[in-house]
Amino acid sequence: MARRKPFRWHIGVFLAPAVLVYTAIMIIPLFGTLNLSLYNLDGQNRIFVGLANFVTLFGDPRWSDAFWNALWNNCWFFIIHMLVQNPIGILLAALLSSPRLRMAAFYRTAIFIPTILSFVIVGFVWKLILSPIWGIAPGMLDAVGLKFLFAPWLGKEEYALTTLALISVWQFVGIPMMLIYAALLSIPDDVIEAAEMDGLTGWSQFWKIKLPLILPSIGIISILTFVGNFNAFDLIYVAQGALAGPDFSTDILGTFLYRTFFGFQLQLGDPHMGAAIASAMFVIILIGVCLYLFGIQTRLRRYQF
Amino acid sequence: MTKTFRFALLASTLLGGAASAQDVTLTIESWRNDDLTIWQDTIIPAFEAQNPGIKVVFAPTAPAEYNAALNSKLAAGSAGDLITCRPFDASLELYNQGHLADLSGLASMANFSPVAKSAWQTDDGAATFCVPMASVIHGFIYNKDAFAELGLSVPTTRDEFFAVLDAIKADGTYIPMAMGTNDQWEAATMGYNNIGPNYWKGEEGRLALIKGEQKLTDPQWVAPFEELARWKDYLGDGFEAQTYPDSQNLFTLGRAAIYPAGSWEISGFNAQAQFAMGAFPPPVAAAGDTCYISDHTDIAIGLNAASPNADAAKKFLEWVGSAEFATMYANALPGFFSLNSTPVEMQDPLAQEFVSWRGKCQSTIRSTYQILSRGTPNLENETWNASANVIRGSETPADAAKRLQDGLASWYEPQK
Repeated sequence: MARRKPFRWHIGVFLAPAVLVYTAIMIIPLFGTLNLSLYNLDGQNRIFVGLANFVTLFGDPRWSDAFWNALWNNCWFFIIHMLVQNPIGILLAALLSSPRLRMAAFYRTAIFIPTILSFVIVGFVWKLILSPIWGIAPGMLDAVGLKFLFAPWLGKEEYALTTLALISVWQFVGIPMMLIYAALLSIPDDVIEAAEMDGLTGWSQFWKIKLPLILPSIGIISILTFVGNFNAFDLIYVAQGALAGPDFSTDILGTFLYRTFFGFQLQLGDPHMGAAIASAMFVIILIGVCLYLFGIQTRLRRYQF
Repeated sequence: MTKTFRFALLASTLLGGAASAQDVTLTIESWRNDDLTIWQDTIIPAFEAQNPGIKVVFAPTAPAEYNAALNSKLAAGSAGDLITCRPFDASLELYNQGHLADLSGLASMANFSPVAKSAWQTDDGAATFCVPMASVIHGFIYNKDAFAELGLSVPTTRDEFFAVLDAIKADGTYIPMAMGTNDQWEAATMGYNNIGPNYWKGEEGRLALIKGEQKLTDPQWVAPFEELARWKDYLGDGFEAQTYPDSQNLFTLGRAAIYPAGSWEISGFNAQAQFAMGAFPPPVAAAGDTCYISDHTDIAIGLNAASPNADAAKKFLEWVGSAEFATMYANALPGFFSLNSTPVEMQDPLAQEFVSWRGKCQSTIRSTYQILSRGTPNLENETWNASANVIRGSETPADAAKRLQDGLASWYEPQK
């Protein structure tokens, strides 16, 4: 008879700190928020109202208009990131991994630096750059004879959100660049050599050999961007304030939640409706992540070298 | 060596902490971060000199974050002993929730008129929960040098006002008016509620709106929006992205001629501007019409009901209600006009100009503050958005007024 395996205590001991900390600061508050969204005030007392807050959020035209506006803005914010950040990240990574590039380390660092800056600094610096009064953007455009292209972008309903999304891309493009750069470096030379032997070079080599090999990295970047974008708040708040002007055109779920939960100016905070919005955000992100995990991640082909 | 030094440091910190713990320390929550130095250098030392054993710390938050931060701190029990009170419903709600103590019993409350106290009372006037500190007056501050250079005189009627703006625009040296719509609140506070009282006849219109006898879609409430829509042509290039500090700087750097203002700007402008400044009240329709000004009860101070230092805090509040504080505050912060019944001598000429309008015009407060911003959607916040939209031209005055009226009627019984 085989000896019973001793209980492996060390697994529990090693897991415990992370589990405890994560439970205390993530899981419990998460369920607290979900729970709070089922209550509301009746005069001074907190009473259980079931899903009534969600009925208000999606049923009352005032709340639902604001919610769908914020959700659509959030989607647009994400779309701009996907369309601009990932191609630029891949391009930069491809350039950096080119063996003929000099000072690659310098470029790598320079492009990554904005990522480690605070949102407050980024928002403020870009607000100044784009300022129609003090900014350098109008002057620079003027110097190349393109002054007519300048507009007070952050103040125009039709441009403000796209401008902010591009600022955010500028800040975070270093992350996809680094991840894809690492993925490109990990492609073994013999795979590339074999491709060259078969006559695949240049662009077709990139499309047929390298891109499939870095797809898992792009997938990870996309899901990180998705979660980051749908939780975004800081940049909009710093650049446009909690009212997310002009005329709520830059209002995303984060700023909508902030205004509702904490209140704004004469509007008093409503923690219960705020919790309902936070729960809706949680569900949206959960759905997005699940779609990725079960729809894309499992179908990605991985290659072992 | 280092170890001993560290122990010495640690010991001194502990001992120092123990020594100062004998004093009572009062913390003031405020949104007036611009006034930090005045509180630290002038007001607090004066109080501490008279009241040994009480230390006061002024701990302001950024204005836009104040209400949210304060509510969270009060809910969590970590707020300071003294709470700077926003007028009307924001503070009333704090009182109703039991966060602010009833101060009706303070002796110095007798120094304030019922109007001054009305912003910090229950609807029936039974309890007053904050000691009134100051009101702010709206109007226009102008660059006297620029006016002299262009040979312009101060406008008193609306036609003159727009003639002056046209003249400045035609000359081209100055931006006619310094205001932006990026931060939204200037459009409502220094725009709509600045020029509006002349249209809705101050208190008469404001009270009729509260009673439900007038609607925001009535001509006298839409007309201010129509005037705001005309402002667009006189604002600087790219005003859509111009922030509040941008506007202040444009004016104090002498690049703009007129600044739609609140009197709280006076001390900052005095420090920044290198030219002579004057002020005029919002122009009226025809010469000789009664003028109305927004003389808004803006700031007061109350007691955190959960404060462990209530006795010391009450001492401080009694002092805030005294004539001595009123004189010190009004002169340290010209533009914050004391609400104390004792007349206060002010040195600043610009502040004197503003306060002189009280004699010739009818005073009112901002139309959106009392009662009408209790519900959701919040009328004040909606007015910010509507005013900014109207100035940018993305919403017509009539549409904006209709939206505000619909929003108000959705929860406010007398307007249904």
